[in-house]
Amino acid sequence: MSILVYTEISKGKIKKVSLEAVNYAAHIASATGSSTTAIIINPGDVNLDDLGKAGANKVLSVSNSNINTSDSQVMARVLNFAAEAENAQIVIFSHDYTAKAVAPRLAARMKAGFVPGAIDYPTTDGQFSVSKNVFSGKATANYQIFSSKKVISLLPNTFQVQTSGSPVASTSFDIPADLLNSRIKVKEVKRESNELSLPEAELVVSAGRGLKGPENWGMIEDLAKALGAATACSRPVSDLGWRPHHEHVGQTGLAIRPNLYIAVGISGAIQHLAGVNGSKTIVVINKDPEAPFFKSADYGIVGDAFEIVPKLIEAVKKFKASQN
Amino acid sequence: MKILVCISKAPDTTAKIAFKDNNTSFDENNVQYIVNPYDEWYALVRAIELTEQLKKGSITLITVGGADMDAIIRKAFAIGADNGVRIDAEPTDAYFVAEQIAAYAKENAFDIIFTGKETINFNGSAIGGMISEMLDMPYISMATKLDVNDTTATAECDIDGGTEVVECSFPFVISANKGMAEARIPNMRGIMAARTKELKVIPAIAAEKLTGVSSYALSQGRTTCKMIDAENAAGLIDLLHNEAKVI
Ligand SMILES: Cc1cc2nc3c(=O)[nH]c(=O)nc-3n(C[C@H](O)[C@H](O)[C@H](O)COP(=O)(O)OP(=O)(O)OC[C@H]3O[C@@H](n4cnc5c(N)ncnc54)[C@H](O)[C@@H]3O)c2cc1C
Ligand SMILES: Nc1ncnc2c1ncn2[C@@H]1O[C@H](COP(=O)(O)O)[C@@H](O)[C@H]1O
Repeated sequence: MSILVYTEISKGKIKKVSLEAVNYAAHIASATGSSTTAIIINPGDVNLDDLGKAGANKVLSVSNSNINTSDSQVMARVLNFAAEAENAQIVIFSHDYTAKAVAPRLAARMKAGFVPGAIDYPTTDGQFSVSKNVFSGKATANYQIFSSKKVISLLPNTFQVQTSGSPVASTSFDIPADLLNSRIKVKEVKRESNELSLPEAELVVSAGRGLKGPENWGMIEDLAKALGAATACSRPVSDLGWRPHHEHVGQTGLAIRPNLYIAVGISGAIQHLAGVNGSKTIVVINKDPEAPFFKSADYGIVGDAFEIVPKLIEAVKKFKASQN
Repeated sequence: MKILVCISKAPDTTAKIAFKDNNTSFDENNVQYIVNPYDEWYALVRAIELTEQLKKGSITLITVGGADMDAIIRKAFAIGADNGVRIDAEPTDAYFVAEQIAAYAKENAFDIIFTGKETINFNGSAIGGMISEMLDMPYISMATKLDVNDTTATAECDIDGGTEVVECSFPFVISANKGMAEARIPNMRGIMAARTKELKVIPAIAAEKLTGVSSYALSQGRTTCKMIDAENAAGLIDLLHNEAKVI
């Protein structure tokens, strides 16, 4: 028996969230006495050693340019085929956009109980259950999976990645051509190439309507750059077109859980908190001492962002220099 | 153009979250329910816009739920749609819910099946994908735009690290993300009409439940916020390094 993990490449490397998913699968495998198989589609010449180091016992490398990876129907067939070949009862994804499209399809195809966005390791003795966030992060629910087959997607940044194992040689894995019929045609792909991916980022600097206008984002970007952080924003900011829509976090935007979330000029509405209150450490900078966000923060500074942020940039630069 | 829109409910975001029966169920006392925003603001409104544009077609709302869903469907009726179906069962498992909707859709041949991106209370993002698999249809996930002509649909979707434009022929399932339409406010005529629209209640088919919530727990809030003097911004960096250990 094995646990199958779906993994991906981005920008010439195995994605960090994929390594998290492999770690997670390896943990379940060791608790249940099974093994971990990672599958990766069209890795090209990217080095796959990290998959083994993260805990995969076997790596299936699929090279086939006819696979429309944008079509969840094709992807569900491909992964179901691999799960059957590997006798996998459990399939693990990272809870990203791909998983949101593919994992439920695969679960339906396998007739597997599905838990999206798991935040802890499952209990495996007796009943199999795993927790996820519910009610905008105000609570967690423990889900029991009754079926023998299971699909779980792991919330990104839930566990620190560990790559202390040893690499394994990858096995090339063929997919029958009749599984690859696709009814979805990709016309265009637009990727924000140079930015850190927000869901994967460990540090995030975010700003809200308190910044007054898009022309003032330079200092936010500078602070993010000094820290090596990604940038995010509140919903009105993306609604107003001050920042791109994919930066919007909250109940109706992305839910993120970085190690550090710095909120500048954001009031801390409940719908905003819903997307960020899983962050490990929250810093709030707001000129209003009554801003609700301070109630959900670990560190707070009351004051004018236009004075404080430049000081922070200097302090970060000094700190970085002292580290070298 | 026959369109099916899947409707679920969600507690108003200001609702107080509490549990009962030894933390095994959600305490609905004093909780106001709304139509799940993604279903109403984006899926339903875009469905209405498409039928308006094409000057043909019909919209059916579907929900899997108990009698309390009738009021939610009527709220959605006030925005638009022609008729509604409630499948009478408690929606405790995504696979079970998807089987119900898929069974109805199989008998009624829709061109487009809309879901919301996710319910805002459980954030499953699961029902749309499952329905599409059960119906063997393409699935356009997380769409922020949808345009159709007589033979094809073009959609823009969020993908990891960017967006993608895809083309697809009918029928298909699509999950609606923010951006697909502008939320509409029901007008008096809509509210009046909502009362008389047909809402059919049908029994559930036999289907398995593959998951279930065994317990809930309230998340721990943060303790107290440590305040740092605005003059001493550099002190924050020190705390983040030495105390929080995040940089
Ligand atoms: C159903 C629903 C879903 C929603 N989903 C989301 C969501 O996903 N994400 C989201 O963010 N919002 C969401 N919202 C909106 C949310 O309720 C708030 O309106 C929004 O988060 C407020 O954004 P903001 O904090 O940037 O702006 P504001 O509330 O206007 O706050 C601006 C803050 O900046 C401070 N400020 C002003 N000037 C300065 C200065 N010079 N220096 C420092 N601080 C300053 C002010 O004191 C204030 O606290 C949703 C709302 C609804 C109803
Ligand atoms: N009980 C239900 N009845 C009908 N549609 C539902 C139900 N639950 C969820 N949906 C639809 O599926 C979408 C995604 O829900 P979920 O997978 O629960 O996050 C929602 O936005 C609805 O469109």
